[in-house]
Amino acid sequence: MALSGMRGLSVFISDIRNCQNKEQERLRVDKELGNVRTRFKNEKGLTPYEKKKYVWKMLYIHMLGYDVDFGHMETVSLISAPKYPEKQVGYIVTACLLNENHDFLRLAINTVRNDIIGRNETFQCLALTMVGNIGGREFAESLAPDVQKLLISSSCRPLVRKKAALCLLRLYRKNPDVVNVDGWADRMAQLLDERDLGVLTSSMSLLVALVSNHHEAYWSCLPKCVKTLERLARNQDIPQEYTYYGIPSPWLQVKTMRALQYFPTIEDPNTRRSLFEVLQRILMGTDVVKNVNKNNASHAVLFEALSLVMHLDAEKEMMSQCVALLGKFIAVREPNIRYLGLENMTRMLMVTDVQDIIKRHQAQIITSLKDPDISIRRRALDLLYGMCDVSNAKDIVEELLQYLSSSDFAMREELALKAAILAEKFAPDLSWYVDVILQLIDKAGDFVSDDIWFRVVQFVTNNEDLQPYAAAKAREYLDKPAIHETMVKVSAYLLGEYSHFLARRPGCSPKEIFSIIHEKLPTVSMSTIPILLSTYAKILMHTQPPEPELQNQICTIFQKYESCIDVEIQQRAVEYFALSAKGAALADILAEMPKFPERQSALIKKAEDIETDTAEQSAIKLRAQQQMSTALVVTDQRPANGTPPVGQLSLVKLPSMSSNPDNYSADEGVKQENGILSIVDPEPPSADLLSDLLGPLAIEGPPGAVQSEQNVPGIDGVPSAADAAAIVPIEEQKNTVQPLINIAERFHALCLKDSGVLYEDPNIQIGIKAEWRAHQGRLVLFLGNKNTSPLVSVQALILPPSHFKMELSSVPETIPPRAQVQCPLEVVNVRPSRDVAVLDFSYKFGSHAVNIKLCLPAVINKFLQPLTLTADEFFAQWRSLTGPPLKLQEVVRGVRPLPLLEMANLLNSLRVMVCPGLDPNPNNLVASTTFYSESTRAMLCLARIETDPADRTQLRMTVASGDPALAFELKEYIKEQLVDIPTSSAPPPMAPAAASPMAPVAPLNDPGAMLAGLL
Amino acid sequence: MIHFVLLISRQGKVRLTKWYSPYSQKERTKVIREISGLMLHRGPKLCNFVEWGGLKVVYKRYASLYFCMCIDPEDNELETLEVIHHFVEILDRYFGSVCELDLIFNFHKAYYILDELVIAGEIQESSKKTVARLISAQDSLVEAAKEEASSISNIIAQATK
Repeated sequence: MALSGMRGLSVFISDIRNCQNKEQERLRVDKELGNVRTRFKNEKGLTPYEKKKYVWKMLYIHMLGYDVDFGHMETVSLISAPKYPEKQVGYIVTACLLNENHDFLRLAINTVRNDIIGRNETFQCLALTMVGNIGGREFAESLAPDVQKLLISSSCRPLVRKKAALCLLRLYRKNPDVVNVDGWADRMAQLLDERDLGVLTSSMSLLVALVSNHHEAYWSCLPKCVKTLERLARNQDIPQEYTYYGIPSPWLQVKTMRALQYFPTIEDPNTRRSLFEVLQRILMGTDVVKNVNKNNASHAVLFEALSLVMHLDAEKEMMSQCVALLGKFIAVREPNIRYLGLENMTRMLMVTDVQDIIKRHQAQIITSLKDPDISIRRRALDLLYGMCDVSNAKDIVEELLQYLSSSDFAMREELALKAAILAEKFAPDLSWYVDVILQLIDKAGDFVSDDIWFRVVQFVTNNEDLQPYAAAKAREYLDKPAIHETMVKVSAYLLGEYSHFLARRPGCSPKEIFSIIHEKLPTVSMSTIPILLSTYAKILMHTQPPEPELQNQICTIFQKYESCIDVEIQQRAVEYFALSAKGAALADILAEMPKFPERQSALIKKAEDIETDTAEQSAIKLRAQQQMSTALVVTDQRPANGTPPVGQLSLVKLPSMSSNPDNYSADEGVKQENGILSIVDPEPPSADLLSDLLGPLAIEGPPGAVQSEQNVPGIDGVPSAADAAAIVPIEEQKNTVQPLINIAERFHALCLKDSGVLYEDPNIQIGIKAEWRAHQGRLVLFLGNKNTSPLVSVQALILPPSHFKMELSSVPETIPPRAQVQCPLEVVNVRPSRDVAVLDFSYKFGSHAVNIKLCLPAVINKFLQPLTLTADEFFAQWRSLTGPPLKLQEVVRGVRPLPLLEMANLLNSLRVMVCPGLDPNPNNLVASTTFYSESTRAMLCLARIETDPADRTQLRMTVASGDPALAFELKEYIKEQLVDIPTSSAPPPMAPAAASPMAPVAPLNDPGAMLAGLL
Repeated sequence: MIHFVLLISRQGKVRLTKWYSPYSQKERTKVIREISGLMLHRGPKLCNFVEWGGLKVVYKRYASLYFCMCIDPEDNELETLEVIHHFVEILDRYFGSVCELDLIFNFHKAYYILDELVIAGEIQESSKKTVARLISAQDSLVEAAKEEASSISNIIAQATK
């Protein structure tokens, strides 16, 4: 084989190779760059051959990692050379040196276009390749139609067409808005009949890109894909050169199955059957063979088949075959297969309910956690994290803890965080949780972020039973010779608050506690000293009767730090010293920390941020990122959550403030207490660092669940049915004055927005403006007299359903001419229900008495706060809610056909927030929201709607929430919104409550049983 | 899709880079440094996949040379691994038992071949025979142009004699 054929280039490469060190190499490169630069300057004397040679040199230097900031123009200009050798070099080097948005590329567009539409097929190939590799927006704008023509041209040879297919793929992928693919479904279907496998492979890649955007348009391609797959799998009519180690083009097989994964389902039973036959054959017929490449290729196909089966949600039997295969794979020695086995098992957790079968492999997965390969360890960790639930949390977390001490640094932080999250989520009892976190801190203190220990403090504070235990544990750790500073912090805090529970144990007298903590003081950093000072003050306060010796010791320390350079320390020292002189009053001031408001763990939020990019980050960088992520959480938490957290916080503090209103000094003390306490430990109580509770806390169980459970059958059930019946007869009103608007339509519109006209007739207009805050609402009714004479005998009565507390301010009896009066109405939502409040409104105009009954748009969705969840949060919650009555599913028929996007908009306008991209199937919508009522408080609700693209009038809906009544009511409500057509005038506005197809004769007392009856 | 292809020697020298996603010069240098660090330090008998910055690196070592392709995390890893092998086999057939030295001095040929195999980060041709045929056709085009050029320069030389 001839060498490069360019002597100058070979010499240069040899020179570089002979350089002894980097410095020499740089000198040689600089010399060459100088040479090329001068040659390019007087371009006239340059032969095409020389130009070509220099351009290659530039690419070589670029590849070595040096900046080549000149000569791009010369490179691009080679593209317009008339002869093949120069043109080729021009195209290839341009594609390597320049990015899609480089200015010089613009200069070449014309030449490139001429080459593409020209007759020279080799030039066409060069141009298509370059555009395919770096084509940007401008290329898409000016070239896409020409490329499309080439792809479907019957006169072009396969070598041009396959490049055209990928070139088009690039342009479409980068700028789908520019490339017009209307009507391409038929062309793609034709392309799939292509005999040349090169063209077919490229076209299949193009199809994958097209269907991933808009699968609806490409239904006609589906059977062709299945046919192609059959042909390949049966090895029918495949040219020898397209088999790879005896396997008919594994790449084409993989791509075809990938394309099929973008179609939500397969309707046609014959196509479905053929596909399942092929898949069955692949699943069962793939053996492990000796040849590495054959093995890889066949398993590439097998793993793709596995994902396709998972996607199609196949029959149970096939699913269990898949799990069995994966179980086999995670036990093999071959690392690639084991890696992929673990990875696909994790994916499987996301898609289906196979957790129990996967749990059987737990021991095997734990072995992989100790594999020498970090890639495999990561997969094993992810899988263990994903499969963890209450039943196996203890084993898994303990395994993670054990592994923590021997694991490498790259993984420790992730491990520590995951262990902490699992311990929190699935703790069988709280003392175990405390054990785990303390062990974590002990074993990997450097990798335990502050949030982890804040969280444990929060739990201990909120659970009185736990306090003596936690204090005892903290005391034990202090006996260890060398402990991590975080351990000093957490144990000092716990002992400061709760060591008095231990006073009778040996070694736990206040004095002993003090001295063992004080021993650590010289070893800790400035940030820990304030915590220690607070602890001393608390110990002092708890020591009853006071011990003068201890008091002296501690006061000496306070005095010592009164001149500390650190402001925080100094302030505490001064204040505590002053307080310690107050004797008994100290106890009032330094009382125990109040309970923290319940919050959702900030850790879980963080986990996702980290998961995305843990690969090669240092712990420090990671921490910085975490801090940023907390900041983000805070900012978007506020608007989503509204005011309740602030209210809760102020509730905690207010009583202590107001309890001493007339005692000036004590009042001051209280103020100080608040001030100091928030300094003592600013993080845990403040809403800033730990985000607030949105859903039920894993450990505590859903708050108020018991109450609402009781509410369902008795109070909520029967009366609501009765209420509904009472509201019905709106059409029966015999008013002589006819409304000017469609009442039902207005009501529906106002369900989705907060202000507008509720009712209007020739005499009066009733407008409404509403504000909603968590479980409370304030509506203002605007009663406007349209006439020039007064309306008299005005009466407004509210008929509230049982789940609302409503209060309407007084309504004047007379509305003056052309005047508007405002009547505020307060609403408190007690529990979830779809029943609607009715406004019974009457007035007299002249001799006509008018009476109207209007539904008020205080409906269930007004008490929702939209909430966007990440995939992990969503699926964790989704899985934890299993089956009725917490998770209800129903197939709904007769749905008003809506495009998916509109349906998503509808849900969003109901404040049920669609979380795009969570569901792998693009035809499905998953959504999340928080519901507020007095009984449920803030309660997370999740919904999933699976649509059928072939039949838009039916769908399957699943609604889950921690409260059974809520799940049922919300499901019904969403269903009504999807089934009901707001524009139709036929159904009366209260149809949702009364005439819904779902409201049966039977009492609504058991949603679960009702649902069963319906199914 | 394949975001980029790197050929890196055991000593960390870069033998070929091809970017299908836009990376600035600075980013390219950083990517190469990070990936070399990851890949070259992995022992034998480990799996051929490394997770890196939200993407996945599929690599394989052939003698002193590491071939590596970076793909999206949901892409098929084994398929990519065999794209690498397919590329190596084609190089081997073209150069006749290829070695690192061939690729050093004929790096431009490696680019020609890669362009016939992958466009836009997707495989375009899975037949070795077809790729070989196209590459030799290109070679002969270049040869023909060279001969033509020399014959023209002969004519000119003779005419001006």
